[in-house]
Amino acid sequence: MATPELVRTRPIEATFATNKLIRNTYTLLSMTLIFSALMAGVSVMLRMPPMTYLLALGGAFVLMWFVLPRTANSAKGLGVVFGITGLLGFSLGPMLAMYLSLPNGPQLVGMAFAGTGVIFLGLSGYALLSRKDFSFMGGFLITGFLVVLMAALANIFLAIPALSLAISSAVIFIMSGFILYDTSRMIHGGQTNYIIATVGLYLNIFNIFVHLLHILGVMGGDD
Amino acid sequence: MELWMKIGSAILLVTMLVIIFPQAKRMMKESPKGSASDWTSALIPIGLVAVFIIFLIMVV
Repeated sequence: MATPELVRTRPIEATFATNKLIRNTYTLLSMTLIFSALMAGVSVMLRMPPMTYLLALGGAFVLMWFVLPRTANSAKGLGVVFGITGLLGFSLGPMLAMYLSLPNGPQLVGMAFAGTGVIFLGLSGYALLSRKDFSFMGGFLITGFLVVLMAALANIFLAIPALSLAISSAVIFIMSGFILYDTSRMIHGGQTNYIIATVGLYLNIFNIFVHLLHILGVMGGDD
Repeated sequence: MELWMKIGSAILLVTMLVIIFPQAKRMMKESPKGSASDWTSALIPIGLVAVFIIFLIMVV
């Protein structure tokens, strides 16, 4: 008698756990996005110098690589997530200030922001509604990401505008793939920690926003 | 970009590559193979993203 009951209740429990994970992830993601936008606003208002980008990014990576793995299973992890996303938001200040000073700057920033929102909601919604398993994309996406990182490293010194544009386009496509991959991992049990899931999705959104703004800025005729 | 900013960015990217590489290697090894229909179901929305970006570029 116990076995059929177990068979019946297990999928319900698994579904409940998945729904809870998705709900917690999206709630935390919305909160961190708002916090991040506020920090970006503060950074713009304080007219932070360009080195802010590098320093805040470095600080966020230290938290992400060395602190988050140790705290992700405790309440401290929440503070770390806000630390990471706050620093990443703050890092955007000098870049946003530069774009906002252009004649069509507010339009560019607004369009990149709205575009990122549409891309994220569309892809994440697609992965959630279709419930397809995109785990097969993992190897392809990470290989692409490594190639893009190496190209970005070379372009720091080469400074080729066309390569920079190609890198931005590639980052948007890879991060779009990661949105499908990360969302499907939550649905199919590949990711059970909502704190780590939030950071993953946040990074996808952050990268899409930065690189979409770059593409729109170049095509808008600012560079 | 100033030289020290370039060197700083390069250090950050190299560190990122070094830290990500072991995880990337594991992901490449453990990643299941996708069928043609799996890839189609992933490439269609990403293709739509490309179309959407072209639209944004035309609008801006």
